[in-house]
Amino acid sequence: MTGMTMSKPARAVGIEIADVNLSYGSTHVLKNVDLTIHPGEFFAFLGPSGCGKTTLLRLIAGFAQAQTGRVLLDGQDVAPLPPWRRDVGMVFQSYALWPHMTVAKNVAFGLEERRLPRVEIDRRVAEALDLVGLTAYAGRRPAQLSGGQQQRVAVARTIAIEPKVLLLDEPLSNLDAKMRVSVRRELRALQQRLGLTTIFVTHDQEEANTICDRIAVMDAGTVRQVGTPMELYENPANLFVASFLGSANILGDGDGIAVPAGKRLVFRPQHATLSSVDGVPLRGPVTHREFLGATVRYAVRIGGSEILVETPFQSGAELRRVGDTVGVALPPERMLYLPA
Amino acid sequence: MALAGTRSAGQAALALAIALFLGVFLVVPVATVIYVAFTEKGGGALTLINFLDFARTELFVRSFWNSIYVSAMTVVWASALALPLAYLTTRFEFRGAMLVQTLGFLPLVMPPFVGAVAMQLLFGRNGSVNLLLDEWFDFKIGFMEGLNGVIFLQAIHYFPFILVNLSAALRNIDRSMEEAAQNLGAHGLRLFRRIALPLALPGYIAGASLVFVKVFDDVATPLLLNVKEMLAPQAYLRITSIGIDDPMGYVISVVLIVVAVATMWASALVLKGKDYATTQRGGGGLARRKLKPREQALAYAVVILILALVLAPHVGLLLLSFATVWSFSPLPDGYTLAHYARVLGDSSVYIKNTLLYASLAAGIDVVIGGAIAYLVLRTKLPGRQWLDWAASTALAVPGIVLGIGYLRAFYGVNLPDGTPLATLWIVIVMAIAIRRLPYALRAAYAALQQISVSLEEAAENLGATKARTVRRIVIPLMTGGLLAGFVTSFATAAVELSAVLILVQSNSDAPLAYGLYVLMQTPAGRGAGAALGVIAVIIVAICMGLAQLAADRSQRARGLDI
Repeated sequence: MTGMTMSKPARAVGIEIADVNLSYGSTHVLKNVDLTIHPGEFFAFLGPSGCGKTTLLRLIAGFAQAQTGRVLLDGQDVAPLPPWRRDVGMVFQSYALWPHMTVAKNVAFGLEERRLPRVEIDRRVAEALDLVGLTAYAGRRPAQLSGGQQQRVAVARTIAIEPKVLLLDEPLSNLDAKMRVSVRRELRALQQRLGLTTIFVTHDQEEANTICDRIAVMDAGTVRQVGTPMELYENPANLFVASFLGSANILGDGDGIAVPAGKRLVFRPQHATLSSVDGVPLRGPVTHREFLGATVRYAVRIGGSEILVETPFQSGAELRRVGDTVGVALPPERMLYLPA
Repeated sequence: MALAGTRSAGQAALALAIALFLGVFLVVPVATVIYVAFTEKGGGALTLINFLDFARTELFVRSFWNSIYVSAMTVVWASALALPLAYLTTRFEFRGAMLVQTLGFLPLVMPPFVGAVAMQLLFGRNGSVNLLLDEWFDFKIGFMEGLNGVIFLQAIHYFPFILVNLSAALRNIDRSMEEAAQNLGAHGLRLFRRIALPLALPGYIAGASLVFVKVFDDVATPLLLNVKEMLAPQAYLRITSIGIDDPMGYVISVVLIVVAVATMWASALVLKGKDYATTQRGGGGLARRKLKPREQALAYAVVILILALVLAPHVGLLLLSFATVWSFSPLPDGYTLAHYARVLGDSSVYIKNTLLYASLAAGIDVVIGGAIAYLVLRTKLPGRQWLDWAASTALAVPGIVLGIGYLRAFYGVNLPDGTPLATLWIVIVMAIAIRRLPYALRAAYAALQQISVSLEEAAENLGATKARTVRRIVIPLMTGGLLAGFVTSFATAAVELSAVLILVQSNSDAPLAYGLYVLMQTPAGRGAGAALGVIAVIIVAICMGLAQLAADRSQRARGLDI
């Protein structure tokens, strides 16, 4: 990745999604989705499978049609534009490299469709391949490349057309665990260098947290919360976000805890400590203990629920035993009362 | 050890029996043909003189190029029919797609020679279409003139091979392949040409090469259209008019084999490294979109025109079978049931023979195909792959060549009472069986591959011997697949002609296809010939339906319903 001559897009572009509803037959896939993605932002759609995140991405690319609402690219409604007029680069989960074309041909495709002069095409193909470090592989067929290399070809093919925004549909899901860490760093570095507004679809919170500026957490077709990874972790707006990002203990009326109507008590395992039973509202028997090295994780039964408490391990410290009744102490600022 | 010994002894005996069968009824006849082509007439010396004679005889050279031309043009026209249909049905939400998928395969139930005469009457110089064209617009189209007639008929009959393969290949393309292209700016026909078509190329080549070989090897269709200057008809005419000692028939046979093998080899070469299906994940096929009203009208026009062509031989045959006199008029002068009375009376021997031969041949195919599949997939018998290869080479042997080979190889072999082996009807059955064996073999493979080996291992684990496992587990689970294979073999065997044509010695031993061929030669016999044709189509159509049913039921029985 030596030459960084790839021209930056003239200006990063913002995306506005307003009041989008989308159904396939009787299945309501997207419900009242509103989102603002700032120019140059690395943005994630994060959620479990079936939450509508890929459909939302496909809506932006033009492969899905919404029943209501608008998608604005740089302030312009894209609804009347077919996929091939949108200038929205998408990297597919399967990469969708055409097996009958060489790497160079794959990368040249979008430029040829734009009827650019041959010289210009050759120059931009060379640049794009250089950018992803695959210049030496230009003449190969996709089937002759490793998964990581195929992924880079897919990225090169997409950025070669200098799209207004870059859409990445679970780009790491077909790579092995070790590759994922290095490829996601590469993706982040590339995005920073190009300054390209990028949307990254994933079900993996670690991927989203590590490379994205902001995340929209989605569940069952709705956006549950939007924020930076830290905001979402520290101040989740609801139980879904709290438990989807990191582990969370959730207690309610049924566990003999007083909570405001319609809300539950939420806290992170590492924010609680085990204490004596006296004067503590949360108490119960230890049901499991797991030694994790740096920390010790206890499971404590409280009312009808089981909560986790992680305490730092100090050499020589005596551990609680399964069956011991313990108190669970929580600093008040760590106690969150959240709606469902 | 002792047990393993008897087991492989049994397998070896089975393999030897199959090898003997293939040797006697496939390898020896074909080898005889090749040997005779390379030996001096009358003498035994090896020579190339026969091939020189072939190359020096203007008639043969012309016939060769005619055959190449007709086969190539058939591929072109068949592609022209198949491409729009494949594009329409895989790419659009199109109500007519169902129509194409069912009626489009109609030609497969009737080999081209069956409808040849009927098509003359519909599309010939003085056929219905040209009479009407002449009356209304004052011109005629030479659909059926000379080689054009053969091309026209063959293209109508064989385009489904291309359609089936091409549609399947198009449907197997991962949707993201196309979406990625749209995302990068391609759409419409250009997208189809740059992405979908190249990815479906393997399917297209497979279909096209099959069509080329089938047309190149066809004897009866050109002859019924009175086209003699093609290679396969020349082989037939040479042997029947000059005799089985004349080397030219054998030389032509070798040329036919070489062209068939070369075509298959060339298509394999083109397809090498293009097995795209395995490189793709997921599925879904191409995204379909709705047609706009004007596009829809155009699509229906294309489909209806093609379906009209597809149905023409069937309609013509049906009309002819009921016609009193039909010549120089768009429709027959009058209608009668007399032809059916005749073929169900006097000529019913043809139907009886066909049912007997086709069921025997299909039975042999299923047993041998099933046994080869089992030996190859489930045993470690050395050389088992050879059985598969040997059986599959039948694909490259034109029917006429097999017939000539039988005639030459078995004519000298006499039964104790002095009748030559080659004149017995059972030889016809064997020829048909060998011709259909590759298809039955594929069906058996498919059926056996769907059965997990662990099912057999479980039976052996619980105390069943190999033989009992086969009987109690393998055969019951394969039944549906084998039954489908049987019925398909039966259906295609019922209309097999090219191998049969040369082997039939007397009318009393002749199957339906032969009777039809003979009757169709004379104007007086046409009606009866057409009635036989209609009966053949009905038999084949019923069988195809049954085969589909058997395949569906066995899928469901194994819980493979999808």
